[in-house]
Amino acid sequence: MESAGAIRAVGREGNAHFLAGGTNLIDLMKMGVVTPEKLVDINHLPLKRIEKTATGLRIGALCSNSEVADHPLVLREYPLLSLALNAGASPQLRNMATVGGNMMQRTRCPYFFDTAMPCNKRVPGSGCGALEGYNRMHAIFGASDKCIAVNPSDMNVALTALEATVHLQGPRGERRLPFAEFHRLPGDTPEKDNMLEKDELITAVTLPAARFPEHVHYLKIRDRTSYAFALVSVAAALQMDGGNIREARLVMGGVAHKPWRLTAAESFLKGKSANEENFRQAAQMAMQGAKAYAYNQFKLTLAPNAVVQALKTASGITA
Amino acid sequence: MAENNDNHFNEEDLSHSTRRGFFKQSTAFGAIALAPGALVRAAEHQWDEKIADVFEKIPLNLEVNGVKHSLKVEPRTTLLDLLREQLDLTGTKKGCDRGQCGACTVHVNGVRINSCLSLAVANEGKKITTIEGLANGETLHPMQDAFIRHDGFQCGYCTSGQIMSAVALVKEGRTKTREQISEFMSGNICRCGAYSNIVKAIEDVKNSGL
Repeated sequence: MESAGAIRAVGREGNAHFLAGGTNLIDLMKMGVVTPEKLVDINHLPLKRIEKTATGLRIGALCSNSEVADHPLVLREYPLLSLALNAGASPQLRNMATVGGNMMQRTRCPYFFDTAMPCNKRVPGSGCGALEGYNRMHAIFGASDKCIAVNPSDMNVALTALEATVHLQGPRGERRLPFAEFHRLPGDTPEKDNMLEKDELITAVTLPAARFPEHVHYLKIRDRTSYAFALVSVAAALQMDGGNIREARLVMGGVAHKPWRLTAAESFLKGKSANEENFRQAAQMAMQGAKAYAYNQFKLTLAPNAVVQALKTASGITA
Repeated sequence: MAENNDNHFNEEDLSHSTRRGFFKQSTAFGAIALAPGALVRAAEHQWDEKIADVFEKIPLNLEVNGVKHSLKVEPRTTLLDLLREQLDLTGTKKGCDRGQCGACTVHVNGVRINSCLSLAVANEGKKITTIEGLANGETLHPMQDAFIRHDGFQCGYCTSGQIMSAVALVKEGRTKTREQISEFMSGNICRCGAYSNIVKAIEDVKNSGL
């Protein structure tokens, strides 16, 4: 069955979902959070190639996380993506999970997962249990009083930093979106995680020509050394000229409803010397607009420290 | 499923769409709905499963530990439940059923996955290897042998998943350092804390070049 057939199958049913790796969807179904009447298995669609293109790299949406992380082209030209992918989940889950599925992954907020709890994302209008509840894992940027959940994906943070493009197919044809525009902020409609229409399928992610083959780091800070979601994560990618930074990409994960690009900090670092002083200043600029809640105040200190640490590692100035 | 000769509802009637089969189905529904005695008989003869069979199950062909199976599976069944409940291969364990512990680790076409998050019907034509499929007759797989010699388990509940994961880890070549072994075995949790001996067992297998 080719993509158009799968899209028709989901589009015409009120309550049908695409099934790829299933590592998020089946979990949500077991918890009763998502209750589809029909699943359309898309695993046989021809969306599994990783190939060089005239403008960069094309990654099929059905490629597994581990295939992408281990691919020689990705390791050589986009190592930040490999680092971020390997920071997520476990080897077993990375073998099952797909690129498209990772983009579509839902929040880990416990109020979203518990169908007995108020959650505007799961049931619009029911309230936000996390706002006055246990919000340790929740946002410090871009939230609203309707939803303070975070996007849990590591891959999404790296693809934002690398300025990827999302390729979608729908009944009206193909369209493309800059990766940074795919995921949404909650606003008044937290039930909508991203810009995908009901009858659209992610077919590929493309990356522009490699700009950051070295001087990259993905720092993920969590309660365990591995196999846990981020409290705060930082993707850092630098182009260096000796001890000077020619260009910087900085994106944070675990802090917002979508990967949080640190544009002001990036601009500040351009042309500056790679040293702790400049990194601290950049980190402080990055915290502009931060707002914490009862149980995640620590992120206001952890986040800028993580930015400094990631920049140090990426630039190689100290461990 | 047990055959029972004094049961006038036989499987063939219930699974064929004949007039006779249809009347027997609807009579069965009626009987079960109305009479406690019939309820008990229904439970004994697994009529609910037989009736569900007609409406819900779909065919699935796959190979498990070298044996080909042609099955009929309810679509919501996970690979884990298929292995344990339908195929009686209970070596694979259900720890969390949510992909957070790794006790359910099996190989699908040689690749390690969490079977609790894989729908059985999505594995059409695949080759599954479970813990039961590692040994060669009476000869243990080197990883199984190493786990025993290095005392790589206490209660044993996570052990099938650990061993399946470890075998794949070695094949993937993720054994360069202790740190790498720990990181790439992090998808298997051990509540008893046998981790250090598990790493030793894996290093042993790596060093013997197997």
